[in-house]
Amino acid sequence: MVEWSLIIYCGLITFFSRYLMIAILKKEMFTDRIREVLSYVPSAIFPAIIFPAIFLDATGDILIENNPKIFASIIAITIGLVSKNVLATIFSGLISYWFLIFVIFN
Amino acid sequence: MSNRSKIFFKGVADVSPLMIPVVPFGIIFGVLAIDLGLSPITIIAMSIIIFGGASQIIFLQLFSAGASSLIILSSVGAVNSRHLLYGAVLSEHMSGFKMTWKIIISYFLVDQAFAVTNSYLKKSTDKDKAFHSFGAGATCWVIWQITTIIGIFLGSIIPEKLGLSFAVPLTFLALIVDDLRKLINVIVIIISGLIATLGYEIIPFKAYVIVAAISGLIIATILTKLKGSNNG
Repeated sequence: MVEWSLIIYCGLITFFSRYLMIAILKKEMFTDRIREVLSYVPSAIFPAIIFPAIFLDATGDILIENNPKIFASIIAITIGLVSKNVLATIFSGLISYWFLIFVIFN
Repeated sequence: MSNRSKIFFKGVADVSPLMIPVVPFGIIFGVLAIDLGLSPITIIAMSIIIFGGASQIIFLQLFSAGASSLIILSSVGAVNSRHLLYGAVLSEHMSGFKMTWKIIISYFLVDQAFAVTNSYLKKSTDKDKAFHSFGAGATCWVIWQITTIIGIFLGSIIPEKLGLSFAVPLTFLALIVDDLRKLINVIVIIISGLIATLGYEIIPFKAYVIVAAISGLIIATILTKLKGSNNG
């Protein structure tokens, strides 16, 4: 059972990170330097979700050989760089993953 | 049609194309949450109370891994810290808004709503311009709730061996794939990813997300500083 208080706190954090930016932050509070570093936040945090989901198996062990997710991710990155399209990136990865697990690795 | 509803529907129209990638994201969230054994009521409550895709996915992953509340909250905070970046831009255009409007718009302000709100507010001088953000945000909200519910239904139908959970890393990958063109970003991405992967079992309390993110930002701070002093 998920704790309701936890969901509510997460909601408050999410809300206030948005509210703060509208209501309190002023342009002059951010130097160009801080803005430059903050622009790296997505590159710093999203890989922490991406990498373990690709390289770890269900038990948390690192899986490099015969890992269809690695191949599918490489295809998704390639398609993403060429097409610059979010949907094409996601679906090329999924479709190649299904092709690998149901046709090749099967 | 009144001026206000005209502006509201312009917001709806502006944000609609950006909703296309949100549809699979919302469905995936619903499916995953069902897979993890959450009740439909809890899942819908998450989409209403938290209303943020990345926050909700992080919540699910850490919760199912047995992370503590403190770790879940700090990781959600880290995911949301990207919002602070937008502050400089938006607060400038919204300084004339009533507090009620600021609260409503804040609740609705997901990345897609931010994108269209920002470009509209930059050029609009209309006194009812808040209705544009409201229209864009409400659209995102409705789409997110509908796709969550679709995901809840599909979650009980879609077989687990389809491996739909792989769509989560793919979705986040799609969000940063363009950053792979820049060297500093690539270094930050690899370091953060390696720390999260190698530290997954080693770093206590499932703090791997927050440890990897902070390490990545420290590396970014150092590398941008080095780059800056080389140029200067």
